[in-house]
Amino acid sequence: MDTAEHDRGVEVVIGTLLRWGVVISAAVVFAGAIGWLAHSGAQPRDYLHFHSEARDLRTISGVLAGAARLSWAHVIQLGLLLLIATPVARVAFTVFAFWGERDWMYVAITLLVLAILLFSLLGGQHSI
Amino acid sequence: MNTLEFSIIVAAVSAVAGFLGALTGLGGGVVITPVLILLLGVDLRYAIGATLVSVIATSSGAAAAYVKEGFSNIRVGMFLEIATTVGAVVGAAVATRTPASALAVIFGLILLYSAWDSMRQKSEQAAPRGCDPLAERLRLSSTFPGPEGPTAYGVCRVKTGFGLMFGAGVLSGLLGIGSGAVKVLAMDRAMSIPFKVSTTTSNFMIGVTAAASAGIYLSRGYIAPGLAMPVMLGVLAGSMLGARFLMGARVRALRLLFGCVVAALALEMIYSGATGKL
Repeated sequence: MDTAEHDRGVEVVIGTLLRWGVVISAAVVFAGAIGWLAHSGAQPRDYLHFHSEARDLRTISGVLAGAARLSWAHVIQLGLLLLIATPVARVAFTVFAFWGERDWMYVAITLLVLAILLFSLLGGQHSI
Repeated sequence: MNTLEFSIIVAAVSAVAGFLGALTGLGGGVVITPVLILLLGVDLRYAIGATLVSVIATSSGAAAAYVKEGFSNIRVGMFLEIATTVGAVVGAAVATRTPASALAVIFGLILLYSAWDSMRQKSEQAAPRGCDPLAERLRLSSTFPGPEGPTAYGVCRVKTGFGLMFGAGVLSGLLGIGSGAVKVLAMDRAMSIPFKVSTTTSNFMIGVTAAASAGIYLSRGYIAPGLAMPVMLGVLAGSMLGARFLMGARVRALRLLFGCVVAALALEMIYSGATGKL
């Protein structure tokens, strides 16, 4: 199989991955929204002034723990986290795709991008 | 106004922005931020956080559709993502130390550029292979489905493009937008990549760039679930609908009108920022 054809196959898998990532995260956000609005839709809310979100809404572990308790704001945040994870999963998959092609230069390039993404996602977690 | 009413208004406004953004190629994110700030009075930081999340949704959704057409160049995208992701991390780190008024002015200028860019003529010219030896070493040259079968194209000025992409990443991290217009500038203008390949590859890259700053925004508390929720769902629904309508729609007049609206929003952002109203 030539390179262009293999690339095309890889892109189709990536397309499917992206679509499912968006669909699943939107569904989780929507489910969280229903619960959240039913629970606290009648209350006023202030986004006019910045007051940083609660600590457990700012960390991955906090969001997971909150969502497990079915706290609706955390369920929404979990959906948003899944959305953020979608492009990261795409990059991770691309590593394997280039590996299959034995294209070591692009395996290295893609791993570098993945490392930057993981640094940003996980690195900020400790400074809170 | 209670939370339910506020959420419905934000979702509706986001859906309209997403619809028009997809139809005109400007993207929904770049419009929703000024609307949230100027019309709904939302704090700049919350608006940026909510928009960034919606940018990931629309770009991933659109990229899923584009890859099937075979225009996007996966190697060009991945190589340039080194520059955009590093830029995005830098931009997000700088954003938390930059006053809101300065961010508003920068945002307005980028918005103005995006509006102008959406109205200019695009070229579908393919550069010859071997245009830049570095591109050949990185195997960036490829083909795209032209009217007469696969058309080969070369990639020029790789270093300039890489540098511009770092700038696009910084802007993305700083302002919570996809900065698609700057990405296309780097690929289309600097690297001489055919326009359709530039736009689809740019779209492919936007989600990854946004994800690089999203982690920092999350840990700083910029992503408020109650605000990001209606923005994300609204923009996603609107842009999906817009992409449907795009097939065969005559959008020239609409693009002009929307470009003017965006330019007006941009001037208002610059004015508000410069006079310290934000």
